[in-house]
Amino acid sequence: MLKEYIEAIKTFSEQNIPFTIKGAPVELWYIVWIFIFGGVVLGGAMLFAGLASFAERRFAGFFQCRLGPNRVGPEGFFQFIADGIKLVLKEDLIPAAADKMLFRAAPYVVFIGTLGVFAALPFSKSLGITNLNLGLLYIFAISSLVIVGIIMAGWGSGNKWSLLGGMRSAAQIISYEIPIGVVFLTMIMITSTMNMQEIVNQQGGGLVNWLVFRYPPFTLFAFLIYFIAAMAEVNRTPFDLPEAESELVGGFHTEYSGMRFAFFFMAEYANMFVVSAIATVLFLGGWQSPLPFFILNIFGDYSILAIIEGFGWFITKVLFLVFLMMWLRWTLPRYRVDQLMAVCWKVLLPLSFANLLLIGIWMIL
Amino acid sequence: MSEIIYNTIFYIFVALVIGSAVIVAFSRNIVHSAFALLVTFFGVAGIYVFLGADFLAIAQVVIYVGGILVLILFAVMLTSKITDVKLSNPQTSPYIAGPLVFLIFVGLVWLIMTTPWQVKGTLDIGGISAIGEALLGRYLLAFEVSAVLLLGALLGATYLARKSQ
Repeated sequence: MLKEYIEAIKTFSEQNIPFTIKGAPVELWYIVWIFIFGGVVLGGAMLFAGLASFAERRFAGFFQCRLGPNRVGPEGFFQFIADGIKLVLKEDLIPAAADKMLFRAAPYVVFIGTLGVFAALPFSKSLGITNLNLGLLYIFAISSLVIVGIIMAGWGSGNKWSLLGGMRSAAQIISYEIPIGVVFLTMIMITSTMNMQEIVNQQGGGLVNWLVFRYPPFTLFAFLIYFIAAMAEVNRTPFDLPEAESELVGGFHTEYSGMRFAFFFMAEYANMFVVSAIATVLFLGGWQSPLPFFILNIFGDYSILAIIEGFGWFITKVLFLVFLMMWLRWTLPRYRVDQLMAVCWKVLLPLSFANLLLIGIWMIL
Repeated sequence: MSEIIYNTIFYIFVALVIGSAVIVAFSRNIVHSAFALLVTFFGVAGIYVFLGADFLAIAQVVIYVGGILVLILFAVMLTSKITDVKLSNPQTSPYIAGPLVFLIFVGLVWLIMTTPWQVKGTLDIGGISAIGEALLGRYLLAFEVSAVLLLGALLGATYLARKSQ
């Protein structure tokens, strides 16, 4: 599979890139492309994190009847740039009690786990970094790095609160991964593929063909289970116990400052984008239009315009789900630890298994 | 040229696996050992990709990184004296262990050299349906036995963890 992929990249490069030298080794192009894609994804994720942090604080202001940041630029729009400059210029503090190597490595591990998912996301029709046959499983696998990074940060900080936050996070994520896995299984059963592009392709032809409406109301339940569990996976309120500031100061990132803190911060927002994107692909039709056709398809279904429109739909749906997460964060209070575990093991898990079983029965009938 | 690049990437993975495995074995700090295990697991997954076994590579990451490694870390951090973790891998009786390990090493190398390996080139497993059919068809017995084993472990853990009456 690696070889086929490299061949495809070579053909693509030779056809589309003006400076491609004919006969250069394919693997070299592969490596060059890895860096180009990596740069694009990193830039996009950082930009999204900045904009989302600004949007979150403004929304929080509206939800709580206060102003939020509104001084830098029009309506405070340049606040995130000011914050970014501040974080870059801050001193990088490493506590004396910290395990220096793990303390330094942790933000990168979290970031790799988050950005690795972008490699398998279908952004639009034939627009994506890879088109893996096992895309969904790959996403499930690579995102488990985030847990390891959080534990690394919690332990490496040499601080009781950080350690407690890291352990809570590990217990929480590993528990909520099970309902998410079962929901993935349900969707794989319905679509009988793990290829993300293929899953989206099956949802073409308008709103009614989206998987969320496929076996009413069971896939809607699956969507709700996924969304609740995903909020717990990305440590958002009402599930933000790993960084519960009233109990644990700042949880696993208490001791981090400057750019290292910024890494965690950006990883959290990029993670929100990732889980919303997965929900969009699995349930809300990915880049498919809610209408039975693309508006901009006058030049054919595979023209650049249609691809751009698909990208627009995808981003719109993802941003809506991200907004929903922000809305919930500023509306709901935080759970207790035991309530959190009860919700996962006594409610979500049995429901997701029942859902799987019922959809299976429906599919056989 | 492409051979050189393939070999370079392969040997980078091999170096990652062996280097991190050495840290796992010789580190004096059990948490460092556990985190070095992360690199080992990823390196092994990379070698699986080189063999064309994509499913196996991803399953390796799901099970070993997402499950077992996190549980190991969790168990280490739940130990009562977390402050003792800094020096938690003491060396005991190296004069007995050293020759024993050497013997096992020689035995393994001898086994690797003398086994007639079947080289089939890259194996093409196909889609998930082929894997499913293999698991529930030809390898059903192994699949069920491992399922029973896991169930037994689960019940045993619950029995040990419950409060004695």
